[in-house]
Amino acid sequence: MAMVGSNRMQNRWIQLYIPLIFFLLFLIFPFYWMLIVSLKPDADLLNTKLNPFLLYHVTIGHYTYLFTNTNFVRYVWNTMVVTVGSTVLSLFCSILIGYALGRFRFRGGGFLGSAIFLAYLVPPTLLFIPLSQVVTKLDLYNKYWALILTYPTFLIPFASWLLMGYFRTIARDLEDAAMVDGASRLQAMRTIVLPLAMPGVLSAGIFCFTLGWNEFLYALVFMGSGNMKTVPVGVVTDLIRADVYFWGSLMAAGILGSVPVAIAYSFFVDNYISGLTAGATKG
Amino acid sequence: MNAVPAQPEELSQNQAQGYTVARSFWQKEAVLAYLFMVPGALILLIFMAYPFFYGLYISMTDRFVGIPGSHFIWFENYRYLLDDPVFRKVVRNTFVYSFVTVPFKLVLGLGLALVLNQQFRFSRFFRAGLLLPWIVPTAISTLAFLMLYNGTLSPISWAFRHLGLMNGNINFLGDPVNAIISICVANIWRGVPFFGISILAGLQAVPDDLHEAAALDGAGAWRRFWAVTWPVIRNIVLISTLFSIIWTFADFQLIYVLTKGGPANSTHVFGTYSYQTLGVTDLGTAASISLYMFPFLAVFAIILLFYVRRED
Repeated sequence: MAMVGSNRMQNRWIQLYIPLIFFLLFLIFPFYWMLIVSLKPDADLLNTKLNPFLLYHVTIGHYTYLFTNTNFVRYVWNTMVVTVGSTVLSLFCSILIGYALGRFRFRGGGFLGSAIFLAYLVPPTLLFIPLSQVVTKLDLYNKYWALILTYPTFLIPFASWLLMGYFRTIARDLEDAAMVDGASRLQAMRTIVLPLAMPGVLSAGIFCFTLGWNEFLYALVFMGSGNMKTVPVGVVTDLIRADVYFWGSLMAAGILGSVPVAIAYSFFVDNYISGLTAGATKG
Repeated sequence: MNAVPAQPEELSQNQAQGYTVARSFWQKEAVLAYLFMVPGALILLIFMAYPFFYGLYISMTDRFVGIPGSHFIWFENYRYLLDDPVFRKVVRNTFVYSFVTVPFKLVLGLGLALVLNQQFRFSRFFRAGLLLPWIVPTAISTLAFLMLYNGTLSPISWAFRHLGLMNGNINFLGDPVNAIISICVANIWRGVPFFGISILAGLQAVPDDLHEAAALDGAGAWRRFWAVTWPVIRNIVLISTLFSIIWTFADFQLIYVLTKGGPANSTHVFGTYSYQTLGVTDLGTAASISLYMFPFLAVFAIILLFYVRRED
Protein backbone atom coordinates (compact mmCIF):
# COMPACT_ATOMS: atom_id res chain seq x y z
CA MET A 1 0.00 0.00 0.00
CA ALA A 2 2.78 2.37 0.88
CA MET A 3 4.22 1.85 -2.57
CA VAL A 4 0.91 2.54 -4.25
CA GLY A 5 0.63 5.71 -2.19
CA SER A 6 4.04 7.02 -3.12
CA ASN A 7 3.41 6.09 -6.73
CA ARG A 8 0.25 8.14 -6.69
CA MET A 9 2.15 11.03 -5.14
CA GLN A 10 4.78 10.74 -7.82
CA ASN A 11 2.12 10.79 -10.53
CA ARG A 12 0.57 13.84 -8.96
CA TRP A 13 3.91 15.65 -9.20
CA ILE A 14 4.45 14.68 -12.81
CA GLN A 15 0.92 15.29 -13.98
CA LEU A 16 0.02 18.31 -11.92
CA TYR A 17 2.54 20.16 -9.76
CA ILE A 18 5.52 20.32 -12.10
CA PRO A 19 3.54 21.46 -15.16
CA LEU A 20 1.55 23.86 -12.99
CA ILE A 21 4.75 25.45 -11.69
CA PHE A 22 6.08 25.71 -15.24
CA PHE A 23 2.92 27.45 -16.48
CA LEU A 24 2.87 29.79 -13.49
CA LEU A 25 6.48 30.82 -14.14
CA PHE A 26 5.97 31.25 -17.87
CA LEU A 27 2.58 32.95 -17.89
CA ILE A 28 2.69 35.01 -14.70
CA PHE A 29 6.30 36.14 -14.65
CA PRO A 30 5.80 39.19 -16.92
CA PHE A 31 3.10 40.46 -14.53
CA TYR A 32 5.33 39.90 -11.53
CA TRP A 33 8.00 41.81 -13.39
CA MET A 34 5.69 44.75 -14.14
CA LEU A 35 4.63 44.90 -10.51
CA ILE A 36 8.12 44.94 -9.00
CA VAL A 37 9.49 47.41 -11.57
CA SER A 38 6.56 49.73 -10.90
CA LEU A 39 7.47 49.74 -7.20
CA LYS A 40 11.25 49.93 -7.55
CA PRO A 41 13.19 53.21 -7.09
CA ASP A 42 15.09 54.32 -10.20
CA ALA A 43 18.42 53.93 -8.42
CA ASP A 44 17.77 50.22 -7.88
CA LEU A 45 16.25 49.83 -11.32
CA LEU A 46 19.35 51.04 -13.12
CA ASN A 47 21.87 49.39 -10.79
CA THR A 48 22.94 46.31 -12.73
CA LYS A 49 24.79 44.95 -9.69
CA LEU A 50 21.52 44.22 -7.88
CA ASN A 51 19.45 41.13 -8.52
CA PRO A 52 16.71 42.48 -10.83
CA PHE A 53 14.21 39.81 -9.77
CA LEU A 54 14.00 41.16 -6.23
CA LEU A 55 12.55 44.26 -4.68
CA TYR A 56 14.99 45.92 -2.24
CA HIS A 57 13.18 49.21 -1.64
CA VAL A 58 9.60 50.17 -2.32
CA THR A 59 8.44 53.48 -3.78
CA ILE A 60 5.12 54.71 -5.06
CA GLY A 61 6.92 57.51 -6.89
CA HIS A 62 6.27 56.01 -10.32
CA TYR A 63 2.54 55.97 -9.63
CA THR A 64 2.48 59.56 -8.40
CA TYR A 65 4.56 60.62 -11.41
CA LEU A 66 1.93 59.00 -13.60
CA PHE A 67 -0.88 60.97 -11.99
CA THR A 68 0.88 64.33 -11.69
CA ASN A 69 3.24 64.55 -14.65
CA THR A 70 1.43 62.71 -17.42
CA ASN A 71 -1.98 62.72 -19.07
CA PHE A 72 -2.77 59.28 -17.70
CA VAL A 73 -5.99 60.31 -15.91
CA ARG A 74 -7.23 62.03 -19.04
CA TYR A 75 -6.44 58.89 -21.06
CA VAL A 76 -8.43 56.76 -18.65
CA TRP A 77 -11.36 59.13 -19.08
CA ASN A 78 -11.05 59.02 -22.90
CA THR A 79 -10.97 55.25 -22.86
CA MET A 80 -14.05 55.13 -20.61
CA VAL A 81 -16.06 57.45 -22.86
CA VAL A 82 -15.14 55.59 -26.01
CA THR A 83 -15.59 52.13 -24.55
CA VAL A 84 -18.90 52.80 -22.82
CA GLY A 85 -20.25 54.63 -25.86
CA SER A 86 -19.33 51.92 -28.33
CA THR A 87 -20.53 49.19 -25.96
CA VAL A 88 -23.99 50.73 -25.54
CA LEU A 89 -24.35 51.30 -29.26
CA SER A 90 -23.14 47.80 -30.09
CA LEU A 91 -25.38 46.13 -27.53
CA PHE A 92 -28.45 47.91 -28.88
CA CYS A 93 -27.71 46.78 -32.44
CA SER A 94 -26.62 43.30 -31.40
CA ILE A 95 -29.65 42.49 -29.28
CA LEU A 96 -31.84 43.19 -32.31
CA ILE A 97 -29.63 41.25 -34.71
CA GLY A 98 -29.09 38.38 -32.30
CA TYR A 99 -32.82 38.15 -31.66
CA ALA A 100 -33.68 38.19 -35.34
CA LEU A 101 -31.08 35.59 -36.26
CA GLY A 102 -31.68 33.42 -33.23
CA ARG A 103 -35.48 33.33 -33.24
CA PHE A 104 -36.94 34.31 -36.58
CA ARG A 105 -37.11 31.95 -39.47
CA PHE A 106 -36.73 33.97 -42.61
CA ARG A 107 -35.22 33.85 -46.03
CA GLY A 108 -31.55 34.70 -45.91
CA GLY A 109 -31.28 34.19 -42.16
CA GLY A 110 -28.59 31.55 -42.45
CA PHE A 111 -26.66 33.64 -44.92
CA LEU A 112 -26.81 36.72 -42.71
CA GLY A 113 -25.62 34.66 -39.73
CA SER A 114 -22.59 33.54 -41.72
CA ALA A 115 -21.96 37.10 -42.88
CA ILE A 116 -21.96 38.29 -39.27
CA PHE A 117 -19.45 35.61 -38.34
CA LEU A 118 -17.18 36.53 -41.25
CA ALA A 119 -17.45 40.21 -40.30
CA TYR A 120 -16.06 39.30 -36.90
CA LEU A 121 -12.97 37.89 -38.59
CA VAL A 122 -12.18 41.11 -40.47
CA PRO A 123 -9.12 42.50 -38.68
CA PRO A 124 -8.56 46.25 -38.10
CA THR A 125 -5.27 46.03 -40.03
CA LEU A 126 -7.25 45.31 -43.20
CA LEU A 127 -9.45 48.40 -43.06
CA PHE A 128 -7.64 51.09 -41.09
CA ILE A 129 -6.36 53.02 -44.10
CA PRO A 130 -9.61 53.57 -46.02
CA LEU A 131 -11.42 53.90 -42.69
CA SER A 132 -9.06 56.72 -41.71
CA GLN A 133 -10.20 58.53 -44.88
CA VAL A 134 -13.85 57.95 -43.99
CA VAL A 135 -13.25 59.25 -40.46
CA THR A 136 -11.56 62.36 -41.82
CA LYS A 137 -14.31 62.98 -44.38
CA LEU A 138 -17.00 62.74 -41.69
CA ASP A 139 -14.95 65.25 -39.67
CA LEU A 140 -14.54 62.80 -36.80
CA TYR A 141 -10.75 62.74 -36.61
CA ASN A 142 -9.50 62.96 -33.01
CA LYS A 143 -13.05 63.06 -31.67
CA TYR A 144 -14.70 60.47 -29.44
CA TRP A 145 -17.18 59.60 -32.17
CA ALA A 146 -14.32 58.37 -34.36
CA LEU A 147 -13.96 55.34 -32.10
CA ILE A 148 -17.52 55.11 -30.79
CA LEU A 149 -18.66 54.55 -34.37
CA THR A 150 -15.79 52.38 -35.61
CA TYR A 151 -15.40 50.00 -32.65
CA PRO A 152 -18.87 48.56 -33.32
CA THR A 153 -17.51 47.11 -36.59
CA PHE A 154 -15.91 44.37 -34.52
CA LEU A 155 -18.13 44.58 -31.44
CA ILE A 156 -21.47 44.11 -33.26
CA PRO A 157 -20.45 40.93 -35.10
CA PHE A 158 -19.08 39.35 -31.95
CA ALA A 159 -21.95 40.36 -29.67
CA SER A 160 -24.60 39.43 -32.25
CA TRP A 161 -23.04 36.01 -32.73
CA LEU A 162 -22.94 35.45 -28.98
CA LEU A 163 -26.50 36.68 -28.42
CA MET A 164 -27.84 34.70 -31.35
CA GLY A 165 -26.66 31.54 -29.61
CA TYR A 166 -28.09 32.77 -26.35
CA PHE A 167 -31.54 33.62 -27.70
CA ARG A 168 -31.73 30.18 -29.26
CA THR A 169 -31.44 28.51 -25.88
CA ILE A 170 -34.54 30.28 -24.57
CA ALA A 171 -37.61 28.14 -25.14
CA ARG A 172 -39.96 29.44 -27.81
CA ASP A 173 -42.99 28.22 -25.88
CA LEU A 174 -42.80 31.01 -23.32
CA GLU A 175 -42.91 33.69 -25.95
CA ASP A 176 -45.63 31.95 -27.94
CA ALA A 177 -47.71 31.55 -24.80
CA ALA A 178 -47.42 35.26 -24.07
CA MET A 179 -48.53 36.09 -27.58
CA VAL A 180 -51.47 33.75 -27.26
CA ASP A 181 -52.38 35.75 -24.19
CA GLY A 182 -52.58 38.83 -26.34
CA ALA A 183 -49.10 40.28 -26.09
CA SER A 184 -47.57 41.61 -29.28
CA ARG A 185 -44.27 40.18 -30.40
CA LEU A 186 -42.41 43.26 -29.26
CA GLN A 187 -44.08 43.08 -25.85
CA ALA A 188 -43.26 39.39 -25.57
CA MET A 189 -39.70 40.13 -26.55
CA ARG A 190 -39.34 42.92 -24.02
CA THR A 191 -41.11 41.32 -21.08
CA ILE A 192 -40.34 37.62 -21.53
CA VAL A 193 -37.29 37.00 -23.69
CA LEU A 194 -35.06 39.92 -22.81
CA PRO A 195 -35.16 39.38 -19.03
CA LEU A 196 -34.32 35.71 -19.57
CA ALA A 197 -31.46 36.71 -21.86
CA MET A 198 -30.01 39.19 -19.35
CA PRO A 199 -27.02 36.99 -18.42
CA GLY A 200 -26.13 36.74 -22.11
CA VAL A 201 -26.57 40.48 -22.61
CA LEU A 202 -24.46 41.18 -19.56
CA SER A 203 -21.58 39.01 -20.69
CA ALA A 204 -21.80 40.41 -24.24
CA GLY A 205 -21.57 43.87 -22.65
CA ILE A 206 -18.51 42.91 -20.60
CA PHE A 207 -16.75 41.56 -23.67
CA CYS A 208 -17.56 44.65 -25.71
CA PHE A 209 -16.16 46.73 -22.89
CA THR A 210 -12.91 44.77 -22.67
CA LEU A 211 -12.44 44.51 -26.43
CA GLY A 212 -12.93 48.27 -26.68
CA TRP A 213 -10.58 48.92 -23.76
CA ASN A 214 -7.86 46.81 -25.36
CA GLU A 215 -8.12 48.11 -28.93
CA PHE A 216 -4.96 49.70 -30.26
CA LEU A 217 -4.73 50.35 -34.01
CA TYR A 218 -7.91 52.38 -34.59
CA ALA A 219 -7.21 54.36 -31.43
CA LEU A 220 -3.68 55.07 -32.64
CA VAL A 221 -4.72 56.17 -36.13
CA PHE A 222 -8.10 57.87 -35.57
CA MET A 223 -7.66 59.41 -32.11
CA GLY A 224 -3.94 59.48 -31.47
CA SER A 225 -3.19 63.19 -31.03
CA GLY A 226 -2.64 65.38 -28.00
CA ASN A 227 -4.79 64.55 -25.03
CA MET A 228 -7.31 62.46 -26.97
CA LYS A 229 -5.34 59.22 -26.69
CA THR A 230 -6.68 56.08 -25.09
CA VAL A 231 -4.79 54.28 -22.33
CA PRO A 232 -2.94 51.69 -24.45
CA VAL A 233 -1.94 54.28 -27.06
CA GLY A 234 -1.08 56.97 -24.52
CA VAL A 235 1.08 54.64 -22.47
CA VAL A 236 3.00 53.39 -25.49
CA THR A 237 3.48 56.77 -27.20
CA ASP A 238 3.88 59.14 -24.24
CA LEU A 239 6.04 57.26 -21.79
CA ILE A 240 8.56 56.21 -24.41
CA ARG A 241 10.16 59.39 -25.69
CA ALA A 242 12.91 58.84 -28.22
CA ASP A 243 15.33 56.64 -26.31
CA VAL A 244 14.25 57.64 -22.84
CA TYR A 245 12.14 55.00 -21.17
CA PHE A 246 10.29 55.79 -17.99
CA TRP A 247 10.29 52.14 -17.02
CA GLY A 248 8.82 52.53 -13.57
CA SER A 249 5.89 54.67 -14.70
CA LEU A 250 5.48 52.58 -17.83
CA MET A 251 4.97 49.47 -15.74
CA ALA A 252 2.80 51.35 -13.23
CA ALA A 253 0.56 52.43 -16.10
CA GLY A 254 0.54 48.86 -17.36
CA ILE A 255 -0.62 47.55 -14.00
CA LEU A 256 -3.32 50.22 -13.61
CA GLY A 257 -4.41 49.90 -17.23
CA SER A 258 -4.95 46.16 -17.04
CA VAL A 259 -6.48 45.68 -13.60
CA PRO A 260 -10.06 46.75 -14.52
CA VAL A 261 -10.14 44.53 -17.57
CA ALA A 262 -8.59 41.59 -15.76
CA ILE A 263 -11.22 41.73 -13.03
CA ALA A 264 -14.14 42.08 -15.41
CA TYR A 265 -12.88 39.36 -17.69
CA SER A 266 -11.91 36.69 -15.21
CA PHE A 267 -15.56 36.18 -14.27
CA PHE A 268 -16.77 35.82 -17.81
CA VAL A 269 -13.98 34.39 -19.86
CA ASP A 270 -15.58 30.96 -20.09
CA ASN A 271 -18.67 32.46 -21.70
CA TYR A 272 -16.46 34.45 -24.02
CA ILE A 273 -14.78 31.42 -25.48
CA SER A 274 -17.86 29.27 -25.65
CA GLY A 275 -19.63 32.16 -27.37
CA LEU A 276 -16.81 32.47 -29.85
CA THR A 277 -16.65 28.83 -30.76
CA ALA A 278 -20.45 28.48 -30.66
CA GLY A 279 -21.54 24.88 -30.38
CA ALA A 280 -18.08 23.47 -30.82
CA THR A 281 -17.72 22.63 -27.15
CA LYS A 282 -20.66 20.32 -27.12
CA GLY A 283 -18.37 17.61 -28.35
CA MET B 1 -44.36 26.55 -33.52
CA ASN B 2 -45.69 23.28 -32.15
CA ALA B 3 -46.05 25.05 -28.84
CA VAL B 4 -49.34 26.79 -29.52
CA PRO B 5 -52.10 26.13 -26.99
CA ALA B 6 -52.58 22.66 -25.72
CA GLN B 7 -56.35 22.74 -25.91
CA PRO B 8 -57.37 25.26 -28.53
CA GLU B 9 -61.06 24.41 -28.18
CA GLU B 10 -61.03 25.88 -24.68
CA LEU B 11 -59.88 29.30 -25.81
CA SER B 12 -62.05 32.16 -24.68
CA GLN B 13 -63.09 34.84 -27.12
CA ASN B 14 -60.31 37.12 -25.87
CA GLN B 15 -57.62 34.55 -26.13
CA ALA B 16 -58.74 33.61 -29.57
CA GLN B 17 -58.37 37.21 -30.63
CA GLY B 18 -54.92 37.35 -29.04
CA TYR B 19 -54.05 34.30 -30.99
CA THR B 20 -55.03 35.92 -34.24
CA VAL B 21 -52.97 39.00 -33.40
CA ALA B 22 -50.03 36.76 -32.66
CA ARG B 23 -50.56 34.92 -35.91
CA SER B 24 -50.54 38.10 -37.92
CA PHE B 25 -47.26 39.11 -36.31
CA TRP B 26 -46.02 35.63 -36.88
CA GLN B 27 -46.60 36.01 -40.56
CA LYS B 28 -44.61 39.20 -40.57
CA GLU B 29 -41.62 37.54 -38.97
CA ALA B 30 -39.43 38.14 -42.00
CA VAL B 31 -40.37 41.83 -42.13
CA LEU B 32 -39.54 42.26 -38.48
CA ALA B 33 -36.30 40.33 -38.88
CA TYR B 34 -35.05 42.65 -41.61
CA LEU B 35 -36.18 45.65 -39.61
CA PHE B 36 -34.13 44.45 -36.64
CA MET B 37 -31.06 44.24 -38.84
CA VAL B 38 -31.20 47.88 -39.90
CA PRO B 39 -29.25 49.72 -37.15
CA GLY B 40 -26.40 47.22 -37.06
CA ALA B 41 -26.33 46.83 -40.81
CA LEU B 42 -26.07 50.61 -41.28
CA ILE B 43 -22.96 50.78 -39.09
CA LEU B 44 -21.37 47.76 -40.75
CA LEU B 45 -22.12 49.10 -44.22
CA ILE B 46 -20.75 52.59 -43.58
CA PHE B 47 -17.71 51.62 -41.51
CA MET B 48 -16.85 48.19 -42.83
CA ALA B 49 -18.25 47.34 -46.27
CA TYR B 50 -17.78 50.80 -47.78
CA PRO B 51 -14.20 51.22 -46.49
CA PHE B 52 -13.34 47.81 -47.88
CA PHE B 53 -14.32 48.76 -51.43
CA TYR B 54 -12.97 52.27 -50.98
CA GLY B 55 -9.70 50.67 -49.89
CA LEU B 56 -9.64 48.60 -53.06
CA TYR B 57 -10.03 51.82 -55.03
CA ILE B 58 -7.31 53.67 -53.06
CA SER B 59 -4.93 50.77 -53.57
CA MET B 60 -5.24 51.28 -57.32
CA THR B 61 -4.31 54.96 -57.19
CA ASP B 62 -1.06 56.81 -56.66
CA ARG B 63 -2.57 58.93 -53.94
CA PHE B 64 -0.52 60.65 -51.23
CA VAL B 65 -1.87 62.03 -47.96
CA GLY B 66 -2.42 65.78 -48.15
CA ILE B 67 -1.76 66.00 -51.88
CA PRO B 68 -4.94 66.56 -53.86
CA GLY B 69 -5.61 64.54 -56.97
CA SER B 70 -4.46 61.11 -57.96
CA HIS B 71 -4.30 58.84 -60.96
CA PHE B 72 -5.90 55.49 -61.37
CA ILE B 73 -3.01 53.11 -61.94
CA TRP B 74 -4.67 49.70 -61.80
CA PHE B 75 -2.44 47.14 -60.09
CA GLU B 76 0.76 49.15 -60.27
CA ASN B 77 1.10 49.35 -56.44
CA TYR B 78 0.62 45.62 -56.10
CA ARG B 79 3.21 44.94 -58.77
CA TYR B 80 5.63 47.42 -57.27
CA LEU B 81 5.39 45.62 -53.93
CA LEU B 82 6.35 42.29 -55.47
CA ASP B 83 9.74 43.86 -56.29
CA ASP B 84 10.09 45.50 -52.89
CA PRO B 85 12.64 43.56 -50.78
CA VAL B 86 11.01 44.75 -47.54
CA PHE B 87 7.64 43.49 -48.69
CA ARG B 88 9.15 40.06 -49.37
CA LYS B 89 10.43 40.04 -45.82
CA VAL B 90 6.95 41.07 -44.67
CA VAL B 91 5.42 38.04 -46.35
CA ARG B 92 8.04 35.70 -44.94
CA ASN B 93 7.80 37.16 -41.43
CA THR B 94 4.02 37.01 -41.37
CA PHE B 95 4.02 33.36 -42.33
CA VAL B 96 6.73 32.52 -39.81
CA TYR B 97 4.93 34.55 -37.17
CA SER B 98 1.53 32.95 -37.67
CA PHE B 99 2.54 29.37 -38.47
CA VAL B 100 5.65 28.72 -36.37
CA THR B 101 3.97 29.99 -33.22
CA VAL B 102 0.82 27.90 -33.66
CA PRO B 103 2.25 24.44 -32.81
CA PHE B 104 3.80 25.88 -29.64
CA LYS B 105 0.58 27.58 -28.59
CA LEU B 106 -1.38 24.44 -29.36
CA VAL B 107 0.85 22.00 -27.47
CA LEU B 108 1.34 24.30 -24.49
CA GLY B 109 -2.36 25.18 -24.48
CA LEU B 110 -3.28 21.50 -24.52
CA GLY B 111 -0.89 20.94 -21.62
CA LEU B 112 -2.41 23.85 -19.74
CA ALA B 113 -5.91 22.50 -20.33
CA LEU B 114 -4.94 19.03 -19.11
CA VAL B 115 -3.44 20.55 -15.97
CA LEU B 116 -6.43 22.77 -15.26
CA ASN B 117 -8.85 19.91 -15.90
CA GLN B 118 -7.57 18.16 -12.76
CA GLN B 119 -8.98 18.77 -9.34
CA PHE B 120 -6.77 20.59 -6.91
CA ARG B 121 -6.97 23.27 -4.28
CA PHE B 122 -7.53 26.86 -5.46
CA SER B 123 -7.95 25.58 -9.03
CA ARG B 124 -10.42 28.36 -9.88
CA PHE B 125 -7.95 30.94 -8.69
CA PHE B 126 -5.13 29.45 -10.77
CA ARG B 127 -7.41 29.27 -13.76
CA ALA B 128 -8.25 32.95 -13.62
CA GLY B 129 -4.60 33.87 -13.05
CA LEU B 130 -3.24 31.78 -15.89
CA LEU B 131 -5.62 33.44 -18.33
CA LEU B 132 -4.19 36.89 -17.73
CA PRO B 133 -1.83 37.00 -20.72
CA TRP B 134 -4.77 36.71 -23.08
CA ILE B 135 -7.02 39.11 -21.20
CA VAL B 136 -4.78 42.08 -20.55
CA PRO B 137 -4.42 44.69 -23.33
CA THR B 138 -1.67 43.41 -25.61
CA ALA B 139 -0.06 46.82 -26.03
CA ILE B 140 0.38 46.95 -22.27
CA SER B 141 1.60 43.41 -21.59
CA THR B 142 4.02 43.77 -24.50
CA LEU B 143 5.62 46.63 -22.57
CA ALA B 144 6.67 44.08 -19.96
CA PHE B 145 8.36 42.10 -22.74
CA LEU B 146 9.94 45.28 -24.08
CA MET B 147 11.75 45.58 -20.78
CA LEU B 148 12.48 41.85 -20.46
CA TYR B 149 14.15 42.16 -23.87
CA ASN B 150 15.97 45.42 -23.07
CA GLY B 151 19.63 45.53 -24.07
CA THR B 152 20.99 46.46 -20.65
CA LEU B 153 18.18 45.90 -18.15
CA SER B 154 16.96 42.47 -19.27
CA PRO B 155 16.68 40.13 -16.27
CA ILE B 156 17.09 37.21 -18.68
CA SER B 157 20.53 38.47 -19.68
CA TRP B 158 21.30 39.08 -16.01
CA ALA B 159 20.39 35.52 -15.09
CA PHE B 160 22.50 34.07 -17.91
CA ARG B 161 25.44 36.20 -16.90
CA HIS B 162 25.20 35.19 -13.29
CA LEU B 163 24.87 31.51 -14.13
CA GLY B 164 28.13 31.95 -16.02
CA LEU B 165 26.50 31.03 -19.32
CA MET B 166 27.58 34.17 -21.13
CA ASN B 167 29.64 37.31 -20.60
CA GLY B 168 27.65 40.06 -22.27
CA ASN B 169 23.98 40.84 -22.68
CA ILE B 170 21.70 39.20 -25.19
CA ASN B 171 20.81 41.47 -28.08
CA PHE B 172 17.15 40.46 -28.14
CA LEU B 173 15.65 43.11 -30.40
CA GLY B 174 18.68 44.55 -32.17
CA ASP B 175 19.48 41.48 -34.22
CA PRO B 176 17.03 40.43 -36.98
CA VAL B 177 16.90 36.72 -36.11
CA ASN B 178 16.81 37.26 -32.35
CA ALA B 179 14.12 39.88 -32.82
CA ILE B 180 11.81 37.51 -34.69
CA ILE B 181 12.35 34.80 -32.09
CA SER B 182 11.65 37.28 -29.29
CA ILE B 183 8.46 38.43 -31.02
CA CYS B 184 7.32 34.84 -31.48
CA VAL B 185 7.93 34.03 -27.80
CA ALA B 186 5.82 37.01 -26.72
CA ASN B 187 3.08 35.90 -29.12
CA ILE B 188 3.17 32.33 -27.82
CA TRP B 189 2.96 33.69 -24.28
CA ARG B 190 -0.16 35.66 -25.18
CA GLY B 191 -1.84 32.85 -27.13
CA VAL B 192 -1.37 29.85 -24.83
CA PRO B 193 -4.26 30.74 -22.49
CA PHE B 194 -6.70 31.04 -25.40
CA PHE B 195 -5.92 27.51 -26.52
CA GLY B 196 -5.87 26.39 -22.89
CA ILE B 197 -9.33 27.63 -22.06
CA SER B 198 -10.95 26.51 -25.32
CA ILE B 199 -9.54 23.02 -25.02
CA LEU B 200 -10.46 22.92 -21.34
CA ALA B 201 -14.09 23.53 -22.31
CA GLY B 202 -13.82 20.61 -24.74
CA LEU B 203 -12.21 18.35 -22.15
CA GLN B 204 -15.16 18.83 -19.83
CA ALA B 205 -17.31 17.06 -22.41
CA VAL B 206 -15.15 13.93 -22.28
CA PRO B 207 -17.14 11.23 -20.50
CA ASP B 208 -15.39 9.97 -17.37
CA ASP B 209 -16.79 6.45 -17.58
CA LEU B 210 -15.24 6.00 -21.02
CA HIS B 211 -11.84 6.80 -19.54
CA GLU B 212 -12.42 4.36 -16.71
CA ALA B 213 -13.55 1.62 -19.06
CA ALA B 214 -10.47 2.13 -21.23
CA ALA B 215 -8.25 2.08 -18.15
CA LEU B 216 -9.83 -1.20 -17.04
CA ASP B 217 -9.08 -2.61 -20.47
CA GLY B 218 -5.46 -1.85 -19.75
CA ALA B 219 -5.04 1.18 -22.01
CA GLY B 220 -2.23 3.47 -20.89
CA ALA B 221 -2.59 7.23 -20.51
CA TRP B 222 -1.17 7.89 -23.97
CA ARG B 223 -3.55 5.50 -25.72
CA ARG B 224 -6.50 6.69 -23.65
CA PHE B 225 -5.76 10.27 -24.73
CA TRP B 226 -5.84 9.41 -28.43
CA ALA B 227 -8.74 6.97 -28.23
CA VAL B 228 -11.04 8.73 -25.79
CA THR B 229 -10.05 12.39 -25.35
CA TRP B 230 -8.81 13.41 -28.79
CA PRO B 231 -11.97 12.59 -30.78
CA VAL B 232 -13.98 14.82 -28.42
CA ILE B 233 -11.64 17.81 -28.51
CA ARG B 234 -10.51 17.52 -32.14
CA ASN B 235 -12.96 20.06 -33.49
CA ILE B 236 -12.37 22.63 -30.79
CA VAL B 237 -8.62 22.30 -31.36
CA LEU B 238 -9.13 22.87 -35.07
CA ILE B 239 -11.38 25.89 -34.56
CA SER B 240 -9.02 27.46 -32.01
CA THR B 241 -6.10 26.93 -34.37
CA LEU B 242 -7.89 28.68 -37.23
CA PHE B 243 -8.85 31.61 -35.00
CA SER B 244 -5.29 31.90 -33.80
CA ILE B 245 -3.82 31.83 -37.31
CA ILE B 246 -6.18 34.56 -38.50
CA TRP B 247 -5.51 36.81 -35.50
CA THR B 248 -1.76 36.33 -35.62
CA PHE B 249 -1.61 36.88 -39.36
CA ALA B 250 -3.30 40.25 -38.99
CA ASP B 251 -1.53 41.29 -35.79
CA PHE B 252 -0.18 44.77 -35.27
CA GLN B 253 0.30 45.91 -31.71
CA LEU B 254 2.73 43.30 -30.43
CA ILE B 255 5.26 44.00 -33.17
CA TYR B 256 4.58 47.73 -33.18
CA VAL B 257 5.43 47.95 -29.48
CA LEU B 258 8.46 45.64 -29.55
CA THR B 259 10.33 46.62 -32.71
CA LYS B 260 8.14 48.86 -34.92
CA GLY B 261 9.29 46.53 -37.68
CA GLY B 262 12.99 47.10 -37.02
CA PRO B 263 15.91 46.63 -36.91
CA ALA B 264 16.28 47.85 -40.51
CA ASN B 265 12.73 46.79 -41.48
CA SER B 266 13.56 43.14 -40.76
CA THR B 267 10.58 42.25 -38.53
CA HIS B 268 7.68 43.91 -40.33
CA VAL B 269 4.38 42.10 -40.86
CA PHE B 270 1.58 43.34 -43.12
CA GLY B 271 0.02 45.54 -40.46
CA THR B 272 3.17 47.31 -39.30
CA TYR B 273 4.58 47.83 -42.81
CA SER B 274 1.29 49.24 -43.98
CA TYR B 275 1.22 51.62 -41.02
CA GLN B 276 4.79 52.73 -41.66
CA THR B 277 4.03 53.33 -45.34
CA LEU B 278 1.00 55.39 -44.35
CA GLY B 279 3.36 57.39 -42.16
CA VAL B 280 5.38 58.39 -45.23
CA THR B 281 2.01 59.49 -46.68
CA ASP B 282 1.95 56.96 -49.52
CA LEU B 283 -1.71 56.04 -49.22
CA GLY B 284 -2.05 53.86 -52.31
CA THR B 285 0.85 51.59 -51.48
CA ALA B 286 -0.13 51.39 -47.82
CA ALA B 287 -3.63 50.25 -48.78
CA SER B 288 -2.20 47.65 -51.16
CA ILE B 289 0.01 46.20 -48.45
CA SER B 290 -2.87 45.56 -46.09
CA LEU B 291 -5.15 44.30 -48.87
CA TYR B 292 -2.54 41.70 -49.79
CA MET B 293 -3.70 39.97 -46.59
CA PHE B 294 -7.21 39.61 -47.91
CA PRO B 295 -7.04 36.43 -50.04
CA PHE B 296 -5.27 34.56 -47.29
CA LEU B 297 -7.65 35.74 -44.59
CA ALA B 298 -10.66 34.95 -46.76
CA VAL B 299 -9.58 31.34 -47.29
CA PHE B 300 -9.00 30.73 -43.59
CA ALA B 301 -12.16 32.56 -42.58
CA ILE B 302 -14.27 30.41 -44.89
CA ILE B 303 -12.72 27.19 -43.62
CA LEU B 304 -13.37 28.38 -40.08
CA LEU B 305 -16.96 29.31 -40.92
CA PHE B 306 -17.47 25.84 -42.35
CA TYR B 307 -16.33 24.14 -39.15
CA VAL B 308 -18.21 26.48 -36.82
CA ARG B 309 -21.41 26.07 -38.85
CA ARG B 310 -21.03 22.31 -38.95
CA GLU B 311 -20.91 22.27 -35.17
CA ASP B 312 -23.98 24.43 -34.95
